[in-house]
Amino acid sequence: MSDAHRTAWVSLVFLMALALSVVVVPWISPYTYDLQDLELIGQPIGPDRAHWFGTDELGQDSLTRVFFGGRISLAVGLASALVATLVGTTIGALAGFFGGRVDTALMRLTDVVLSIPLLPLVLLLSGLLRPGLPMLVLTIGGLTWMATARVVRSQFLTLRELEFVTAARALGAGSGRLIIRHMLPNALAPITVSATLAVGSSIMLESALSFLGFGVQPPTPTWGNLLNAASPWIGAAPWLALPPGILIFATVLAVNFLGDGLRDALESKD
Amino acid sequence: MSAAFLLKRLLGAVPLLLAISLLLFVIVHLAPGGPLDVYVDNPSVTPEALRQLRIGYGLDRPLPVQYLLWLKSMLEGAWGYSIRTGRPVTQEIIERLPATLLLGGTALALSLAIALPVGVLTAALRRSGVDRVLTFLSFSGISIPVFWLALMLQLLLSIKLGWLPAAGYETIGASGVRDRLAHLVMPALVLSLATIASWSRFLRSSLIDVLEQDYIRTAFAKGHSFAGVILRHALRNALIPVVTVISLDLASVISGAVITETVFAWPGIGRLFVESMDGRDYPVLMGLMMLGSVALILANLLADLVYAAIDPRIRYE
Repeated sequence: MSDAHRTAWVSLVFLMALALSVVVVPWISPYTYDLQDLELIGQPIGPDRAHWFGTDELGQDSLTRVFFGGRISLAVGLASALVATLVGTTIGALAGFFGGRVDTALMRLTDVVLSIPLLPLVLLLSGLLRPGLPMLVLTIGGLTWMATARVVRSQFLTLRELEFVTAARALGAGSGRLIIRHMLPNALAPITVSATLAVGSSIMLESALSFLGFGVQPPTPTWGNLLNAASPWIGAAPWLALPPGILIFATVLAVNFLGDGLRDALESKD
Repeated sequence: MSAAFLLKRLLGAVPLLLAISLLLFVIVHLAPGGPLDVYVDNPSVTPEALRQLRIGYGLDRPLPVQYLLWLKSMLEGAWGYSIRTGRPVTQEIIERLPATLLLGGTALALSLAIALPVGVLTAALRRSGVDRVLTFLSFSGISIPVFWLALMLQLLLSIKLGWLPAAGYETIGASGVRDRLAHLVMPALVLSLATIASWSRFLRSSLIDVLEQDYIRTAFAKGHSFAGVILRHALRNALIPVVTVISLDLASVISGAVITETVFAWPGIGRLFVESMDGRDYPVLMGLMMLGSVALILANLLADLVYAAIDPRIRYE
């Protein structure tokens, strides 16, 4: 087993464990994410036996909020990556399959979106629309599909010329059937890799937005807005800023290692 | 590469910019709550004054008219007036540019100085302990959230150790190079980390590809030293794709670093963007987005030009 393989497996196990813990947290934690202990309101209290990660200035249990925040952060990351992959695959497949004017138009569109700085654009949209979670997912996914589209397009340009496609066409397969049944399965490897990497960049983008105050709004916790809330207390209560930051870091790192391992495993044949 | 090609590419950027401007205009103006929303609850602003303001800013005209007027004035260099301060948008941006250029330029220099040696080292020592450690570090550099890294550095270097100022551009009253440098260290480090990581990864894989080619084996067979082959023969070719990546990243030097500038209270255009977001200052936001897009398009063009300039096999028609 190569280095990349081992790292990818470790990453996968970590991500599964993390996903499991954020799913079960409501049944395990004695607190809810917005439960305020009225005696602890005023300023953050350090970790103790009742609150392992301490409490914030609103008297809320930090450990519980970090794992509830993980639910939102992971869900937004996965859903946004799914949107980006669907949009990117559709656009790339159509452009690569039909070529000509369709290709030109779709690639121009890709160029336009790629020529606007990403973070400011996402900030602008989410700041002006103040979106709820579904709109946030659509915004992030709707602005990060371009890499996938380019990869899928180049795959389809190659596949289009291959003999099995000509054969299927000669047997009477229509465009839709050619794309979905014959060509798409052959492009799944690069799509899987870019979908995996998209999860990492979506999580990063959501936390950046929420950190700047334009993403998910409190009291709903995400790793990004927990860091936003922790930053004024960084000197007095550093324990608030450690767990969310470490979890974003570890999650994105694991996703990137997983993507790298998948690329190694899936694309080594060519 | 010909002047005709350059002209063609520059002309090609025009419809691209028009499409971007239209897209941005629609986004900004379809959003609920206009730029004058902030005045609605202000008792000292009468409905009549509000109406005057709407007319003054042209917000009462139909959207297509607003767009054409805006486009016309953009082309004339009049980017409108900031809704928050009432000053010209161009003036607001120009005032903030030096700080952004200083930070971006420093980060760029830092990235080059670190990424190139690291890339060569990891490719040359492939699969060694050094390579593994540096590879892990560069994966970390791409994966670490910059705002958190910034907070941790502030905690460690400013609050705990007291070595560096936590934020800001300069100490009020103090002046001089030392003070400016002390303020520059942390933001420049944070801003350069991602580019260091990605450039060194690119150089590593590009150099590894080149090292497998026949002419490198020939160079070794002729008795050149390992370092000689890498530096004299392999590096030149390996740098070609890397230079393209670097050119593309140059855009961020101009368009600013939103997160880094915000966390470190650095008075550049990235922070101006966030401040304008808070005030829904449409003219400033539009100006900044257009500036960022122009920078990206120019960086793309630069990448193509540099690519052609250093690789004689590339010929653009």
